[in-house]
Amino acid sequence: MQNSRRKFLKISTLGATGAALTYPVVAKGISFFKNEEPLSDDKLTKVATVCEVCFWNCAGWVYKDEDNKIKKIIGNDIDPHSNGKLCPRGTGGLGMYTDEDRLKHPLIRVEKDGEQTFVEATWEEALDLVVKNMKKIDKKYGKESLALFYHGKTGPHFKHLFQYWGSDTNAKPASAQCLITREAGYIATYGAGLASPEPTDIRNTECLVLIGSHIGENMHNGHVQDVSDLIDRGGDIITVDPRFSTVAAHSSHWLPIKPSTDMALLLAWIHVLINEDLYDKEYVEKYTHGFDELKEHVQKYTPEWAQSITTIPAGDIYKTARVMGNASPKVIIHPGRHTAWYGDDTQRTRAMAILNAILGSWGRKGGFYFAEKFKLPKHPHPPVPKPKWTWRDISQGKHKLAFAGITNEIIDHALPEYKGEHKVKGMFFVATNPLQAVPDEEKIKKALHHLEFVVAVDTMPSEITGYADVVLPEATFLERLDDIRVSQHKSPNIALRYPAVEPKYNTKPGWWIAREIGIRLGLNDFYPWENFEEVLDWQLKQVGSSMEEMKEVGVKHFPRTKPMYINEDGSHYFNTNTGKIELVSTDFQEWGYDPLPVYKSHGEVPAGYLRLIYGRLPMHTFGRTLNNPNLNDLKSEPKLWVNPKNARIYGLENDQEVWLKNPKGKVSSFSIKVRITERIRHDSVFLPHGFGNKGRIVTADGELFEMSRTYGRGISDAEMITNVSIDPETGGTGLRNNFVAILTEKPTKKEVIS
Amino acid sequence: MRYGMAIEVNKCVGCADCVVACQTENNVPIGYSRDWIMEKVTGKYPNLDLHFESQRCNHCIDTPCVRTCPTGASFVSDGGIVRVTHDECIGCGACIEACPYDARYFHPDGYVDKCTFCEHRVTEGLNPACVSVCPTDCMHFGDLDDPESAISKLIAARENFTILPEAGTAPQIFYLK
Repeated sequence: MQNSRRKFLKISTLGATGAALTYPVVAKGISFFKNEEPLSDDKLTKVATVCEVCFWNCAGWVYKDEDNKIKKIIGNDIDPHSNGKLCPRGTGGLGMYTDEDRLKHPLIRVEKDGEQTFVEATWEEALDLVVKNMKKIDKKYGKESLALFYHGKTGPHFKHLFQYWGSDTNAKPASAQCLITREAGYIATYGAGLASPEPTDIRNTECLVLIGSHIGENMHNGHVQDVSDLIDRGGDIITVDPRFSTVAAHSSHWLPIKPSTDMALLLAWIHVLINEDLYDKEYVEKYTHGFDELKEHVQKYTPEWAQSITTIPAGDIYKTARVMGNASPKVIIHPGRHTAWYGDDTQRTRAMAILNAILGSWGRKGGFYFAEKFKLPKHPHPPVPKPKWTWRDISQGKHKLAFAGITNEIIDHALPEYKGEHKVKGMFFVATNPLQAVPDEEKIKKALHHLEFVVAVDTMPSEITGYADVVLPEATFLERLDDIRVSQHKSPNIALRYPAVEPKYNTKPGWWIAREIGIRLGLNDFYPWENFEEVLDWQLKQVGSSMEEMKEVGVKHFPRTKPMYINEDGSHYFNTNTGKIELVSTDFQEWGYDPLPVYKSHGEVPAGYLRLIYGRLPMHTFGRTLNNPNLNDLKSEPKLWVNPKNARIYGLENDQEVWLKNPKGKVSSFSIKVRITERIRHDSVFLPHGFGNKGRIVTADGELFEMSRTYGRGISDAEMITNVSIDPETGGTGLRNNFVAILTEKPTKKEVIS
Repeated sequence: MRYGMAIEVNKCVGCADCVVACQTENNVPIGYSRDWIMEKVTGKYPNLDLHFESQRCNHCIDTPCVRTCPTGASFVSDGGIVRVTHDECIGCGACIEACPYDARYFHPDGYVDKCTFCEHRVTEGLNPACVSVCPTDCMHFGDLDDPESAISKLIAARENFTILPEAGTAPQIFYLK
C-alpha cells in the first residue's frame, strides 16, 4: 500500500484517505445517485467570466446545469491570459461563490451595554450610515481626508465614486508592497513601465532568467504556460533563488544565492557581458545612453568579487553570463512581480533593466514585445472636482517615482502623531485586507483605532472587517458585472465578466454599492444609468461590439496598430530625457539617486535567527482564497520549510508544532508545523504567504463571521514582518530584511502580546 | 484500444489543477479526490532533484481490484478503463485493500469511487478533465495500442517510468523524464 501521498501536497485529503477508509458504509437508496454522474458539456449552459481569484484575470466560461447550479469553470480558448486553461485557483473559483463563511448581509458597529458589537443592518441603513459619516468627515476635515485602499476589479467602482465626490486619496497594496519599484526601474530606464501581464516574449526566447521569481508556484497563468513551452523547446532557464523552487528544479541553471545579495550578481553579470564583448553592440549604440559610464562603473564588480558576496562560484557567474550573451537578443531577465525586497529595489530592477538593454532584448523577438492595449472609450460623465490635496501630496515630495498612492504613508497620515495638513480621518477598504497586505500590523491597528470612520467592502470576513464601522458584503465575481477587461497583449483584446448567477445571500455587486452611495451623496449626474450593464453596452457599441456579442464570445480581439518589435533603423524614441534607453539615469542624477546601480550590503542574519523568506503556493492567492472550500481542500495548512541542518540544531521533527519570534520580540499568534527539507538554504526559512488569519466577528445576535477553514492555521508572514526597508525612489516597502527564531515551546500569553 | 497517460515530470509544477478539475468535473465531494500530487525530492542542498507526479488509478492491465470484487461492481470497461458500477458496489472495501496505488476511496454515499479517465468525456472525443486543464500541458492521453498515436510516440521517444512496477499490475500511466 502506497500510503505516503497524504504527506504531500494533497494534505487535506485526510478526508479522502485516512478518514475515508473508516467512513461508515451507509445504506444506499436511489436518492444517493441523483446527482453524481458528470454531465456532458452540451447539457450545460455557459456564461462568460473573467476570473478574480488573482490579478492575472483569465477569461473563461462558467458552466451551469439546468437547475442554474454552477458545475465548473473552464478557460476561454481565445483568451491570451489563459489559452483555455485556468490555473487551480481559477478552476476552483466556484468555491468563492459556494463558501458558506461569506459575508452575508450588511453589518454595522453599535454600542450595546457599553460594549461595541456588530448588528445586522439593511442595505438602506448601512448605506445611509456610510453617507452620513462621509459627510461628517467632509464637514470636519474636507473630502480629501477620506481615503480608499482597494484591489481587484471592484476597486475602480469605488475609486471613481471617491473621485466624483472629491477625494483622490487612494492607494493599493499592489503598488508599494508589490510592483511600484519594478515599474519605477523600467520607467527610469526605458521611459515605460511593464504593467500586467508583463510583455515578456517567452514563447520566442532562448534564455529566461528568473531572479527570485517562482513561476509555477506563483500561477501567473500565461507565463507558466510559456515556461512549459520553453522547456519543450529546450531553451535555457537560469533561476536565482535561495530556495530550490519548482522552477529551479526545471531550470538548466540554478544559482542558490545568499539572500539579499542579488545586486552583486547582476552587476557581475553586466561586468562579464561587457568585458567579454557578449553584449549587443549595435543595439547599445543605436538605442542607449551612458554605456561608457556603465562600463567603467562595473569594472570593480568582478565575478570573483561577487562570489565572496553571493556565495555563487565565480565560474557559475561567468558561465551563466555567457549563456545569456549567446542567446542575445532572445533572452529575458524576467522582471518578476512583488519586487519590494530590501529597500534598494528600484535600483535592483534598474540593474535587471540594464542587463536587458545591453543584451538588446527590449522590443526584440524573444525578449520583450511591445504590448498593445485596445482603447475602449470611457462612459461620459460631468467634470470631476479637483481636490485640494491628493495621495500625490502625501508621497511625491518624498519619493520622486511614487507614481501611485503609497499605502503605508497614507496610514502614517492617519496616526495621531501626524500633525500636518493632510490628515486621513476615515477610510474605505475595498477587497483588500491591510493587516495581511501592508507591513507593520501594530501601526495599522493604531491608525484604525484613531480613524473616525472605517468601511470594509469584501466577499469574505478577514482581519479588516473586524475593524470596520460598516461592513458591506459584496457579491463574488461569479455574481457580478465589472468593467470590461481591457488587457495589453500581443493581440489587443477585451473580455467580459457577466454574472453567472444571482448574488447569494444579501450581497450586492460593487458597482451597485458604489452607485447607491453616489446617489445618496447627490452625485446623480455621474450615475445617469440604473444598471452597470448600460455603461458596458454603451462602451462596446462605440467600438462596434455589444453586450450581446461579448456574452457570446467572452473575449474579442482587435488588430494591432503598432509594430510588436522595435524598428531596426535606430529611430525608436524612448520616453526618457535623452530619448534613449538610459543606462545612466539622467533623472536620478538630477534627483540625487544613484544614476547607476550600486551594490549595498543589507547586513547579515542576526545570530540565532533565520531569514524569513515568504512566497506563494500554487493553489492560493493572498489570504482571501484560503477559505475557498475547493482550494482549501488542496492545501489547508502551510508548513514552515526548515533545512535539515537547522532541524538538527533546534531538534525539530517533521510536523512538529513551532512558533516564531522576530528580533523586535514579536511572537507569532499561532503555531505552524515544520517541514524539514533540503529545498531551503541553511540560513533561511520559507513561509507560504497569507496564512495565520485571525479575523473574527461575533454579532450582537451571536452570528459568527470568520474564515472557519483557515482561522488560526499557520503563521502570518505579515505579522512577523516588522522591519520595513523603504525604497527611496518610490516609497516601496522592502519586506525581506526580516528574521525569525524558531520557538519549540508554546509562548506564554504575555510573550504573544509583547 | 487501450487508453493510457503519459505525464512529463520535467514540466509539471505540482499545482494540483488536475486535482481540482477532476473534483469539479466529476462531482467529487470536498475532502475526497480521485487524483493527487506527489512531490519527490532527492539530494542535498545545493545538489538537488525535484519532480512532481500527478497520480491516479493506473488503469492496470492486471487488475487486483477487479479480481477481488465480490459483486462484479468493479470491471474493466472499453479501452481498459477500470470502473466501478456504483449501484452494484456494496462498499466491502476489498478493492481498496487490493489496489497497490491507494487509488480508490469510499464515497460518502456508500460506494467505492475512483478515476474513470473521464470516460464520459473520452467517449465524446475529449481529453480527461485533468489532461485538458493542465496549464503546463504536461499530461497526454491516448491509445497505447496504436503505435502511431501521439502518446505512443512520446513514450517511445522518452526515458520513462511507471509507479510501483514491482506490484506486477502493468500500470498504464507513464511518467516521462
